[in-house]
Amino acid sequence: MIYPTCVRTAILLFFFAGFARAETDAYARQRAAMVAEIEANMAQTAGLLGRKGLSAEVADALRTVPRHQFVEEEMQPYAYQNRPLPIGHGQTISQPYIVAVMTELLDAKPGDKVLEIGTGSAYQAAVLGAIGAEVFTIEIVEPLAAAAHERIAKLGLANIHTRTGDGYYGWPEAAPFDAVLVTAAASHIPPPLIKQLKPGGRMLIPVGDRFNVQQLVLVEKDPDQKVKTRQLLPVSFVPLTGTHQ
Amino acid sequence: MSRAAGAINGFRGLPLLIALVSGASVGYEILLMRLFSIIQWHHFAYMIISLALLGYGVSGVFLGFCKGWLNARFERIFPGCILLFSLAAPGCFWIGQRLPFNPAELFWSPLQPLYLLTLYLLLSLPFFFAASAIGLTLFRFRGRVPAIYAADLAGAGLGCLAVIGLLLRLSPGQALIALSVINVAGLFLVSIVWKKAEWVWGASAAVLAFLWLAPSDWKTLHVSPYKELRQFLRIPGTRIIDSFSNPIAFTDVAESTVTPLRYAPGLSLGADREPPQQYAVFSDAGNMSALTRYNGDPATISYLDQTTSALPYHLNKPGHLLILGVGTGGDLLQAERFGVSSVDAVELNGQLIDYIKTRFDAFSGGTFTNARLRLHIGEARGFVAGTRQRFDLIQIALMDAFGASSAGLYALSENYLYTVEALQEYIRHLQPGGYLALTRWAKMPPRDALKLFATAAIALELSGIPEPGRQMILIRGWQTSTLLVKNGRVTMQDIGALKTFCEDRSFDIDYYPGVTEAETNRFNQLPESYYYQGALRILGPERESYLERYKFAIEPATDDRPYFFQFFKWTTLPEILSLYGQGGLSLLESGYIILAAGALQAVLAAALFIGLPMWLCRRRLGLPDYSTRLWRSIGYFFLLGNAFLFIEIAFIQKFILFLHHPVYSVTVVLCSFLVAASFGSAASRRLTDKRHGQFVPIAGIALLALCYILFFNHLTGVFLHQADSLKILVSVLLILPLGFAMGMPFPLGLQRVAQLSPGLIPWAWGVNGFASVISANFATLIAIHFGFNAVVLVAVGLYLTAVVCLPVIDSGGELTRKD
Repeated sequence: MIYPTCVRTAILLFFFAGFARAETDAYARQRAAMVAEIEANMAQTAGLLGRKGLSAEVADALRTVPRHQFVEEEMQPYAYQNRPLPIGHGQTISQPYIVAVMTELLDAKPGDKVLEIGTGSAYQAAVLGAIGAEVFTIEIVEPLAAAAHERIAKLGLANIHTRTGDGYYGWPEAAPFDAVLVTAAASHIPPPLIKQLKPGGRMLIPVGDRFNVQQLVLVEKDPDQKVKTRQLLPVSFVPLTGTHQ
Repeated sequence: MSRAAGAINGFRGLPLLIALVSGASVGYEILLMRLFSIIQWHHFAYMIISLALLGYGVSGVFLGFCKGWLNARFERIFPGCILLFSLAAPGCFWIGQRLPFNPAELFWSPLQPLYLLTLYLLLSLPFFFAASAIGLTLFRFRGRVPAIYAADLAGAGLGCLAVIGLLLRLSPGQALIALSVINVAGLFLVSIVWKKAEWVWGASAAVLAFLWLAPSDWKTLHVSPYKELRQFLRIPGTRIIDSFSNPIAFTDVAESTVTPLRYAPGLSLGADREPPQQYAVFSDAGNMSALTRYNGDPATISYLDQTTSALPYHLNKPGHLLILGVGTGGDLLQAERFGVSSVDAVELNGQLIDYIKTRFDAFSGGTFTNARLRLHIGEARGFVAGTRQRFDLIQIALMDAFGASSAGLYALSENYLYTVEALQEYIRHLQPGGYLALTRWAKMPPRDALKLFATAAIALELSGIPEPGRQMILIRGWQTSTLLVKNGRVTMQDIGALKTFCEDRSFDIDYYPGVTEAETNRFNQLPESYYYQGALRILGPERESYLERYKFAIEPATDDRPYFFQFFKWTTLPEILSLYGQGGLSLLESGYIILAAGALQAVLAAALFIGLPMWLCRRRLGLPDYSTRLWRSIGYFFLLGNAFLFIEIAFIQKFILFLHHPVYSVTVVLCSFLVAASFGSAASRRLTDKRHGQFVPIAGIALLALCYILFFNHLTGVFLHQADSLKILVSVLLILPLGFAMGMPFPLGLQRVAQLSPGLIPWAWGVNGFASVISANFATLIAIHFGFNAVVLVAVGLYLTAVVCLPVIDSGGELTRKD
């Protein structure tokens, strides 16, 4: 049987639409599975991190943000695995569990202003944006910054503002911030960033190499402007066997 | 047979070529260690090379299968192998660099183990060609085994020297090409005296021309994009302004013109001043440190008063300071900041110091050239052992990068700076009331600082201090911790100054004599006051049980087990693995795991590539029917290979403490051992016909090795303060008799096998080579757990077992019944 051209076209369109829908559904399912895995892990570490577990807001954000669109095409099959992925230029996109933990610890609320130093792929910024925070993110590696800017524009994430350059002096025009995330390696905590943190605000610094976060340093500024840090492990681990001493 | 082959049969130049290819092969191994330390991380260098040397074992299998065919074409195969080695050595490394292998991703990506496997196979090739050339010669000229083996050993020994010489003049990438060029040039020259060997001249000349004209890319190192140098260079406005290398390190100096470098690890949260202009200095493309501008105004470097390492200056202003590991001069600047009048500083990398003095003297404000400073180029521990001076303050600051340290990348590095004996030595060199200050990264969960605290407590006890806790202080910032050990009791005045210092800078007090828990863990809070709790237990009667129950290995390191950076405990592994989903692998001390995995891989590979084909094809291979003899012969050479390297590795470490220079020690010990062994091999001919001749060298080895274990410190102690040249001479004299004896068992065994089953010769060669490869991993594992004396004892045990294994011939030349 020979179909007229318009019928063939309709069949093809229907097929591709179905394929696209199936693909979307498949990613959504993978995202849901990823969030379930994160929830299970967070249940174990909640006590150590001072949380009750993965909050509904962060879980929703992780279910919403299409992580596969933040990695290169060849990495997309692994996008929803609970592992870090290379994004080129010697940088990585963090393990989703770590993204979840960091987002929880930053405790950002809708409307909060968050500064991020080290945009990377902008996935972390997108998750914070999905919670409703207004995110100001700075990346020093130019090709990464350009790609992140383009990605954010394409996804229509209006509450994320990008900038290319040195993050040491923060974003004074938008300061003060409710939360600051410093994902770029730093030999010390830049004093200007502490100044741009609101009293009662939180700054988080993941410490480790590109593929493994060894500890999280949470800097808290109390209403009297005094600063203290808390050193947290993202894993449920105590260093001594036997009775918890 | 051609006339050319006849010339080779006449041995003309053959020992020279054997020595050349053997030396090139050892040189290649040393170079690969350096090259992989630069482009990747040094613990992976161990892993890759251990398996790459599988080529030795596989060459034995290959020769075993094809010995007849190869032997008939010796005049082509032998030079062919040398030429192929010379091409494969740089070629395989060039290809290997192009593989997207990333060790950090090994636990995450299923592709990475495949890349690693490919690297193994690639790097096996050069060793396969070198080993095939030597193994085939041993088989063909089995009546001349002692001479050939002597040439092999002497070549290996001189190869060590040659490669160190090359690394003094050339970059590691250039040295790789130079090594191949020397090898081929040797073949070209020797082949001139061969008749009808025009093709060898032609091929050698062609390979030489190719290597000479090799694209510059063959000499270029492609550093991992995840190493610090590559990360730094991604920042706009950064560039390398100078690079230089020596056998210790490949150094890059880089500037950042757009975004200022601000390197100030451990800076207090309260600090509001950033560092002046800085240049970044990278060692082996990592371990970044900074060279800081100083204009003579101490206020410009006031940020150095905002670090934990500044504490001792607030307790007791030092008149005479000793800095161990001065590097790019961070501690020198700190001493400037506090106006110290007299400074002695020690640095191993003299090239770096010369560079700074020449190029950056004005920039660094003459910090390295002022009259108050006496710079000593050498190893820190050696300087302290050799000086009779006493100091008000001895500073040992951070010498390793945080990332590498916390990932356990230094686990396999022997380190004699932080052992119990080292701390005793430092304490002996303190003036009354003086301080020893040790700054380390504050890791989470705590490791370094607690291990160092335990080390200091034991060192003080061994120095006759009954209450070590009265002389110790431990403080911590968010990133670094500083331990102070005082030569005298900590006073109330000290405690007052300590509290003010920490309060002003938001640093935490973890321990001082009389501290309460409420005073600790205030500014940089951990889930619990781990440091305080650990310090109290280490000082109290619960020390042993605490160290045992701690999930990381924090028992003090000693000179016999100098692995300060080894924190791995097998008992913690299951828990860490169960935390995979939470990123728990970051707790894994990867250096140790790599070592253990490397040993396991090597054993499996040996079984797969050597044992299995041998067993399956034993009849076709012409192996003897007497399975006992077969296994005894194989056992003999396997045990010898391990034992030889065990002793060599253990004595390299022992001589590091005597010669006080890692490069000198490795070179002197390795070269002396191998050259002495080559004499031993040549002399072994005299023992060949003696019925129990094989027992003589083994008895000598056992006796000498045990003597050295018992009396090494006494023997070398007499010369500890003498000139380097005399110490080198003493080392050589001590090694010579042992090395001489160690050179005998292999040729004696090989000649025995040649008499009994010549078909076993290639196998013996392969098995021995492979055993010597896996021995490096096993020796390190034994040393980590039991110490280097245990490594020597195990080696003696292996030698004694080996001699029992060797098949025996009765007086009429027949096998004894038990065979």
